[in-house]
This record gives sequence, C-alpha cells and structure tokens, in this order.
Amino acid sequence: MSADAPPTPAVQTTPTVAMIRTLGLVSAICGLIIVGAYQSTFDAVAANKRIATERAVFKVIPAAKSIAEFVALPTGGVQKVGAGDTAAGAVKFFAAYDEKGQLAGIAAEGAARGYADTVRIMFGYSPDCQCIVGLGVVSMRETPGIGDKILTDKEFLANFVKLDARLNADLSALAHEVKTVKHGTKTNPWQIDAIAGATITSRAVGKAINDAAQVLLPKVVPQLETLKAKS
Amino acid sequence: MSETAFQIFVNALLANNFVLAMFLGLCPFLGVSGKLDTAFPMGVATTFVMLVASLCAYGLNLLLSAFHLEFLRLISYIVIIASAVQLVEMVLKKYSPGLFRALGIYLPLITTNCAVLGVALFQTAREYDFIQSMTFSFGGGAGFTLALVLMASVRERLQLSNVPDVAQGTALSLMLAGILSLSFMGFAGLGG
Amino acid sequence: MTPTTTRGWDEFMEGIWRQNPVFVMVLGMCPTLAVTVSAENALSMGISTALVLIASCGLVSMMRDITPKEVRIAVYIVIIATFVTVVDYAIQAISLALYDALGAFIQLIVVNCIILGRAEAHAAKNPPLPAMINAAGMGAGFTIGLLALGVVREILGAGTLFGVSLFGAGFQPWVIMVLPPGGFFVLGSWLLLFAAVERRKQRKLAEQGEVGQNV
Repeated sequence: MSADAPPTPAVQTTPTVAMIRTLGLVSAICGLIIVGAYQSTFDAVAANKRIATERAVFKVIPAAKSIAEFVALPTGGVQKVGAGDTAAGAVKFFAAYDEKGQLAGIAAEGAARGYADTVRIMFGYSPDCQCIVGLGVVSMRETPGIGDKILTDKEFLANFVKLDARLNADLSALAHEVKTVKHGTKTNPWQIDAIAGATITSRAVGKAINDAAQVLLPKVVPQLETLKAKS
Repeated sequence: MSETAFQIFVNALLANNFVLAMFLGLCPFLGVSGKLDTAFPMGVATTFVMLVASLCAYGLNLLLSAFHLEFLRLISYIVIIASAVQLVEMVLKKYSPGLFRALGIYLPLITTNCAVLGVALFQTAREYDFIQSMTFSFGGGAGFTLALVLMASVRERLQLSNVPDVAQGTALSLMLAGILSLSFMGFAGLGG
Repeated sequence: MTPTTTRGWDEFMEGIWRQNPVFVMVLGMCPTLAVTVSAENALSMGISTALVLIASCGLVSMMRDITPKEVRIAVYIVIIATFVTVVDYAIQAISLALYDALGAFIQLIVVNCIILGRAEAHAAKNPPLPAMINAAGMGAGFTIGLLALGVVREILGAGTLFGVSLFGAGFQPWVIMVLPPGGFFVLGSWLLLFAAVERRKQRKLAEQGEVGQNV
C-alpha cells in the first residue's frame, strides 16, 4: 500500500518497517489464536458431528444401533470411508447395524429444490423389504406452517413406513420411479401421497429420494454382502 | 445436486433476494436508498465487487482445500475482499476517472457490506462450481441493486407525502422494507 | 461509589441505553433481522457478538500504540476475523443444532459494523480496561436489542418462548412473524414505540418549561 502512496513530506512519519512489524505481529498472534481454537475444539466438533449423524441415521432406520460410513464408487463397489483415497464422484452413504451387529439398513442423503430453497433429506433403505423405511429432514427453509409439515404431518410420514424401492431385473435402476402424487391419489406402493397445500415441498422430497436412490441403490444392492460383514 | 445456472440466478435475484429475504447488506440498503441517483451506482458498484470477490474466493477456496487449511477460510476471505475493494478502487481511478467519481465514495463502504462476504461464504457452503458461483454472485448483486432501486423510488415518493413525524426516518423505512419483502415472497417457488 | 466505578458504570450503560446499537444507532441490522426468529437464537447471537466485541476491542486497545494509522483498518479486520473464527469453532463444539440455526451469520459477525465502529471510535483511543467495559456495554445492548426482537417474533410467530409453548394447542401461529417480512415489521414497530416515548418525554419537558415560565 505504501508503495503507491505519493511521496508525502514529513507529515507522514510512519516508516514502512513499523507497518510491516505491526502487521506481522498481528498475523502471528491471530494465527496462533485460530490454530489454538481449531485444535482445542477439534475433538468436540468431530464428536458432535458424529452424534448428529448417528441421530439422523437412527431416526430413519428404527432398528439401528451403530453406523459405519461408506462410499459407493462410480465404477461399482463400495468402500469404507477412511480406507484410502476416495475417488471423485463417489456417493456417500451410511450402513446401519442393529444391536446384534446385523445389517439393519442403509441411509443416504438426497436434495431437491423445494418452495423456498433446497430441501435436504435423509432416507433409510431396508434391504429386507427393498423399501424405504424412514425419512428425516437435514435442512430446509420451507414456509413454517405449510412446507415444514413434511416434518410433522402423520399422513405424509406414513408414506415412508414402507415405500417400494425395488430394483429392476438387471439391477440398473429402480423398478418404479419414486414419485410424489397429488394428495389423495396414491394408488401404488412406490408413490408418495403429497400433503394438501404443500405439494411443491412434498414433490421435492419425492424427487430427492428418487434422484439419490436411482444413483445409489444400483451400486449398493449388489454389494450388500460386503456391508453385512461389520468390521 | 446440481442446480442449473438459470435457477441459481432467478433464486438469488428474486425468490431469495439477498436483501429482502436473506437480510444481507441491510446497512447500505437503509443508508443509501434515500435517492434514486445514488442507489443505482451503489448497486452497480456492489455487484462489481461481488463478482470480483466471488472469483477470488473461488480460487482461494481451491487453494485452502488443497492444503487442508479450511480454518483460515474466514480470515482470508475478509482480507481478500478488502484487498479486492482496494484494487477495484485503484484500477477505476487510473483507467476510468469518470466512473471512479461516480462510485468512489461507496467503494470503502462495500468492504463491510455483508452481502459481499455472504456471497463468498454461501458459494463455499453450497459447493458451487465456477459457473454456478459467478451466476450466484451476479444474481445476488442484481437482486441487491433491484431492492435498492425499488426502495429508493418508494422513498422519493414518500418525501412528498404527509407522514406522522413519529414514524419518520428508519422506522418508516423498515416498514416499507417489510412490505417489499412481503411482495418478494410471492416469487418463492419460481426457480423450481 | 467511587468516581472510577461510576465512570466504568457509565461507560457500560452507554451502550445499553443512550447509544443502543440496535434501537438508537440502527447498526448491525443483518444479523439483527436474520437470526431473531426465536429467542434462543437471538440470545446466542447476541452473546457471540458480545464476546467477539469484547475480545477484539481488548486486543485492538492493547496494540493501539504500535498500530500505524495507515494499516489500522487491516489490523482491526484481521483481529476481528480471528475472534469470529474462534467463536465459530466454539459454537460448533457446544451445539451443532445451534450452529445450523445461526448458519452463515456467525461468520458474518466479521462485517458487523458495530464491531469495526467500536474498534475505531473507542478501543483505538482508550486503554484496554475501559475499552473492554465499553465493548461489554455495547454487546449487552446489542443482545438486549436482539432479544427484544426474538421474543416478540417467537411469541407471535410460533406461540412459544425459548421453545416452551405458551398458549396451548389452540393457538394459531402468526407465521408471517418468523418469515423475513416479520423481522422488518417488528423492528419497525419497536423503533416507532421508542420514537413515540421519546416525543412524549420531550413534550412533557416542554410543558414543564412553559409552566415554569408562567409562574
């Protein structure tokens, strides 16, 4: 900065050294403080994040007692997070186990545009019934009292007790697209009955599940045996 | 999750207008919206700085992620925004004195405009790619300008009307902003 | 009270009443309106801001003799950003739910004009202790302002206070109050109320003055 300033007479007495000294000192102090804060909160933050994730997964897979984090690789196959580098395009999901260590289900996140902003959801998939067994909302900014009924509306949540998510014969996609239909017109087990008055938000939930499941399930279902062995 | 550039733009401009729905950049919104001829240049200057800041922040974030230095993100963003403002100021002064005279007094104010830092933080949090980031910051800036110009036109009219003197000043501006914000809520769902 | 404590008390009260950052100076509007959808959020935001304010003002004041005028803004910004980062991590460690509720607005404390304004106008000219007392007052005033908004918006918009239901199931929430326009309306109403009180006080003073003259 001082280099650009026109040469001013004796009025300006601050030497460049003083500026650099002060800026250096401030940066050093601040750097120390930030690194100190980061280090000292690191464990607590990580623990909090793990608890939050566990709680979210337990909510969508009722039988779950413990979880493990995996990624589904774009080339097929699954990999435990932390074991080696994750390839680009890998999709994250969680495998949940019940108290006996049996695979209780898998959970993954999905997102789609709702009414006000992106709605991020988490759903639980049970390999036993090949269906979606739970829905949780990760984040949303939908209108309170209308769109946020997806959290509380009993009729709506009843859609996600046993929502059909079977794969087609060659395991390349869902046999039936998960789709949100208008309130009161649900006829098939793979359809979601929208909340009356909050169709857009309901539709976002359906789209989020469908988009995520179409990508994830064809990769994960053939690998279920690997997941069953809890390491 | 990939939003198209158009969706991002419409959202940042209308449905999630920076000022009226996300409460970013309220200080200049209330401070500089008294007159139409200052509101518009202010909006343009802010949009310009937002684009520069968004560009810098995108590059910086790549760098920080590569070295796993995410905890330095905030401090480096704010420093880079302050430098970007300074740089814009110098470049304008040298190459376009006319524009500099029109925008000059607003430039220092923009450093502490939370809309600028907001753009940088939101594009990082939402993991936008390069095109998305640029569209987002342009939409946000355009939305800011729009809100500022609308507010200024309403306030210019109010000067001619008879307002109870208790309500004059900031209280009235806030009420107006509330009504504007209410009408912008009608845009929700547009980008879907 | 000794003169020094009186002075300290005055410094503290100035931020709460005479120069209240929310109601009198109308500064730092962005977080004021954005996070006050509930009393809990408002309180946490207020406390976070106050902590950053006190710590930054303390450090700025300690460094005031070795800070050249030309680089002072850069120094202030770096100091403020540091403490905001610290608070940011502290909140993540305390409660992730709270962190999500406040969202980007914790990091946006950096550009809250109150802090830079205090650093420039007060902390840079005073020794650390008075600077921190003054900052504490401002922080308290800001917190009170946020709470005033948060409480009203939560009661009207959700029928609860600090998450406790007030009116029972029969209450139909006034949803608009927790939406963005509600923030503008509630703050506008508070300012109207303050203006009205102020005017009444002035009128009374004027009347008393007239009476005094007549007698």
